[in-house]
Parts: sequence; C-alpha cells; structure tokens
Amino acid sequence: MDYFITEQQTMIRDLARKIAQEKIKPVAAHYDETEEFAWPIMKILADSDMFGVYLPEAYGGLGGGIMDMCLVTEELSRACGGIALGYGGTGLGALPILLHGSDEQKKKYLPDIAKGKRLAAFCLTEAEAGSDAGSIKTTARKEGDKYILNGTKQWITNAGEAEIYTVIALTDKSKGVRGASAFIVEKGTKGMEFGKKEKKMGIRASATREVIFTDCEVPAANLISREGMGFIVALKTLDTSRPGVAAQAVGIAQGALDCALEYSRTRVQFGQPISSFQAVQHMLADMGTQIEAARALTYSVARMVDAGVKSVSKESAMAKLFASDTAMKVTTDAVQIMGGYGYMRDYPVEKFMRDAKITQIYEGTNQIQRNVIASHMIKETLKK
Amino acid sequence: MNIIVCIKQVPNTTDVRIDPVTNTLIRDGVESVINPFDAYAIEEAVRIKERCSGGKVTVITMGPPQAENALREAISLGCDEGILISDRKFAGSDTWATSYTLSAAIRKIGDYDVILCGKQASDGDTAQVGPGISAHLDIPQVTYVKKIAEISAEKAKVERMTEEGYDVVETPLPCLFTVVKEINTPRMPSLKGMMRAKSAKPLKWTADDLEADASALGLDGSPTRVVKIFTPEPRKGGEMLKGGAEDISKELAELLKDVVI
Repeated sequence: MDYFITEQQTMIRDLARKIAQEKIKPVAAHYDETEEFAWPIMKILADSDMFGVYLPEAYGGLGGGIMDMCLVTEELSRACGGIALGYGGTGLGALPILLHGSDEQKKKYLPDIAKGKRLAAFCLTEAEAGSDAGSIKTTARKEGDKYILNGTKQWITNAGEAEIYTVIALTDKSKGVRGASAFIVEKGTKGMEFGKKEKKMGIRASATREVIFTDCEVPAANLISREGMGFIVALKTLDTSRPGVAAQAVGIAQGALDCALEYSRTRVQFGQPISSFQAVQHMLADMGTQIEAARALTYSVARMVDAGVKSVSKESAMAKLFASDTAMKVTTDAVQIMGGYGYMRDYPVEKFMRDAKITQIYEGTNQIQRNVIASHMIKETLKK
Repeated sequence: MNIIVCIKQVPNTTDVRIDPVTNTLIRDGVESVINPFDAYAIEEAVRIKERCSGGKVTVITMGPPQAENALREAISLGCDEGILISDRKFAGSDTWATSYTLSAAIRKIGDYDVILCGKQASDGDTAQVGPGISAHLDIPQVTYVKKIAEISAEKAKVERMTEEGYDVVETPLPCLFTVVKEINTPRMPSLKGMMRAKSAKPLKWTADDLEADASALGLDGSPTRVVKIFTPEPRKGGEMLKGGAEDISKELAELLKDVVI
C-alpha cells in the first residue's frame, strides 16, 4: 500500500530496511540465544544517522518526526524486535527532553543521542507501580542546588547500556501524582546502580535491568520542566511514543508473515505447495490484511503527532492496542502455517511470536489502553 | 592525504547477455550498480582519509551520463567529490583507452597521493585498467592489496595477496593500489551522506576538457578486438578404474600410452 511518504522518508525507510535485512537478520538468532546487547548493530545505526531521524536539525538530527521514527522502528523490528528496542528505547528516553526540556538541556543531550554516541532510557515503572504508575515511590529531595534521588526503577529497557536516563520521581509525596517530577540522570552518577540483567521470554537482545538510586545526587539543572510536572511529562512522552511501539509490532508481524509466506510456497505436502491450499491462503490473506490495517492506523497516528495535534492519547492507544494484538495473532498464525518447523528454534517465527507478546504488555498493557480509549470516548459524548 | 578512487558502473547481475553481433555486453534494461570490488576501494579511501585526519577523496568514473548515480552513491559513502568523465568519443574504449582516458583525468586533478581501484570489474573481469592507469601516469602500482598497514605522506607499507599467502610491499607515494575484498567491510551509507549526495553536483568532463591524444580515445584508440566470446565446455569428471591394484595399474599404463603430454 502506498502511504505517500516523502522522498526523505523513503530514503530513511530504504536504508533502515537495508541495514535490517543485511546486518540484523543474519545475527538476530545469535543475539536472541546469547541475550547479548547488539552493540555492533547500534554502531551501524549510529553511523547511518538513524538515531537522529526524529530530532530537530538544530540538535544534530535530520528534522523529521515520529513518522520517521516509526518507519525505522518497523523495518528494524521486521528483522529483530529486540535489537530494534535498543533504538526505540533510546527514543523513549529522549522524548521527555525533546518535548519538555529546556534549550540548554536539549543542547547538552540531544546531539549525542542524534549521533547515536549515547543511548537513552526512560525510568518510570517500579515493582509496585506498573499499570498504576501513580503509585511510584522513588523520591527526589531538594538540597541546595541538587536533588537527592532514592528508590528502585524496575524493568528499564536499555538500563546499564544507555548513558542518559530520564527518571520520574516524587518531589512532594503528599501531592501524589501532582508531586512527581522528571529528571535527567547520567550513567556514572554516584549513587546510581544497575540490578542484574533480567531473563526474558522475548526481545532477548534488549537489555532490561533495575535502576537503583541510593542518595543519588543530581544537579538541579537536570530537572525537566518544573517540579510537579513529572506525570505530565511522562504521559505526553508515552502518548508520543506509542506509535513507535505500534510500529515495532507491525514490523514483528511483517517479519513473521515474510517467513510464513516464503515457507508456504516451498513446503510441499500432498504433492503441492501448501500455499495452494485454501485453508493456508485464507490465513495468509487475513495476516496481510490485518498488518496493513495496523500499519495504516499507526502511520495515521504518527502523522497526527507530527502535525502537532494537542491530544493524541486515544488515537495512540488505539494504534498500540490494535498493532500489538495484530502482532500476537499474526505471529501465532505464522507458527501455525509452518507447523513443526515453526515451533523449532532453527526457524525465526517462534522468536517473532515471543517478541510480539511484549508489545501487548509494555508502555501500558492493552487493558489499560482500552481503559484510555473508552474513557476518551465517553468524555467525548459528554461534550456534545 | 588526497585520494582518488576510480569506479565503474556495472550491470547488477551475473546473468548478462552478450550481443551476438558486436560481442559486447547488452546493458539495456539491466540495473546498474557500483562494481562490487570498487566498493572496497571507496571504503578504503574513506578509511585512509579518516586515519590521516584530513584530505580529500575524489571519486571518478568514465561512463555514460547515468554513471553519475554511481558517483552520488560513492559520495553517500563518504567520498567528497565526484567527477564524471563522459563523451561519445570515449565509446567503445577497451582497457588501454579507458586507462589512458582516466590517467588524463587524474593528471588534470593533479594533486593526489594515492589512487585506489577495485582489483577488477565484475563485467569485464580483465583487472587491467588499474595497472594501466599507473603505467600511463608512470607511478608505482601494487595490485591485490589486502591491507594498508602503514601510510604516511611519503610512503606506504601494504600487504599484497598472493596465491600462497601475501607479500609485504613498501612503496613511495604517489602510488596506485588495486584492492581485494579481504581489505575491509564496506560501511552502510549514512542518511546525511545520502542527502549530501542528492544535492552534490559531480563535475562533468568531456574529451575537450582533457589533454589527451584524440586518436587514443574510444574505439579508435582501442587495440583490443573481441573476436569471439564463448562459454567454455564444462570440465568432464575423471574416469574411475575398478578392480584390483594390478589390473588397475595395467589399465592405467595402457591409457597413459594414448595420452600425449
């Protein structure tokens, strides 16, 4: 389907595809197996300017938007959703600075992110604060021109590998979510440590760790926006980044369909390729149609974000929900089409299926997305 | 360090067709790409520039107007400037005329320390143009280079691949190197490089821009005549003799009597 992307976006997509197919695809199984962080691939993405596609030219980027980021994420995920997350997680960590940071903060951090010289990470989730993000317990106490951070962030993507962290912590516990603030913390800051690397079902090339703050001193200049704005920063960041998760899901689904389609044409049973059987054809048709619908929704929301539409909460939740449910369904069907071969780890589709699952869970479970969508729908009826 | 890279556009397929009348390649309808071996020369040129912190990489190609695309691609991979040497008068050049024309263009560029070429083009497979350029320019050449171990303003120490291993060669500069694929892994283009390439305007030189003997250009200047192109017969498998050692040796001796060596 033709989405009439710009000449620059076509260039970005084609180069991302080339890197994904030539450099990532051959090593995807290796990184899945070893759970190593794919630094050599990050280097290639950095040298090819991929980390800067959505950042302003003034800060060393290419001046594109979330649509550009989605195109890259989709292509990388088509080869490996885990490696793609090193890229996507950096975007998530960079967005609070891009959306709410001061010019000085942007000048200090965004050029290195655009160059891919330093990766970023976003720290919100805690052990007791998942879907209920308002229950975070990490605190930031002001002392002179510093904030002292204490608490533990859990399941942080890129933790340990990234060098720039945006952290949500409470500056005023009595105010609840209105007492939260966002900070930039650099790796190496005294009092900041990382927990052990988590062992995951999928996206195993992505690094997930705890980030532990023990009397961690952060300069007051690293406060993003104002005290009490932490949750607004976090929600705006997630609204903006959700099309990225949707794009990751679309890419994972497409990668699985690529394999299943190719396999169905070469696998012979009852004297003919299984692609000649209507049962298989209908599965393939549904998979292709669902992916295209998910892609169309994802791109539409990404373009809304880039057009500067004020609230995209409902639409970005819809894109994330639909694309991730599609990814789970399509990857499951891809395994089914490939039968016993699909179930074997020698073939990449079972990995796509494992990788797809996380997209229904992180950056807001799909149940939370449905809550968001429904509450917006109900609110909209009240306005009429 | 100023480096010149000579590249060629070739058909992107090994399944090329030959015109039965002219015995040359049919290029119509076949996508053109940078000769794969030249990609290693481009990468090495950019690496030498990065290593010597400064200088310029100029990429040149002789070919039809669309060869400009190859120059742009080279710029997206890190080359600074491109020059397209294109004129109907160059049509039909063999390796002698091509290397003569390229050497005239390189003389016009003037300031260079290193010239890099791929070891051969994937369409003609002659491996003659690189060495030809160095002969026309009367500078040293090292072919089949697999590593540039040391390089300074005056000289370079390189490893030259041989069938048994490699030679270590020290040469004064300027020098021409042809490179093999073992020398590096070419990088991916960068988006900024691609944008620079899009707006880049490669220079275009015709025969009139070069100080060259007109009779040495194009088909007239090409001593090579392609008389016939044919596919060699596939090698036949060997013949297995069966039986005991004594029988086999007798039979073998009889067979060898008929073979004239």
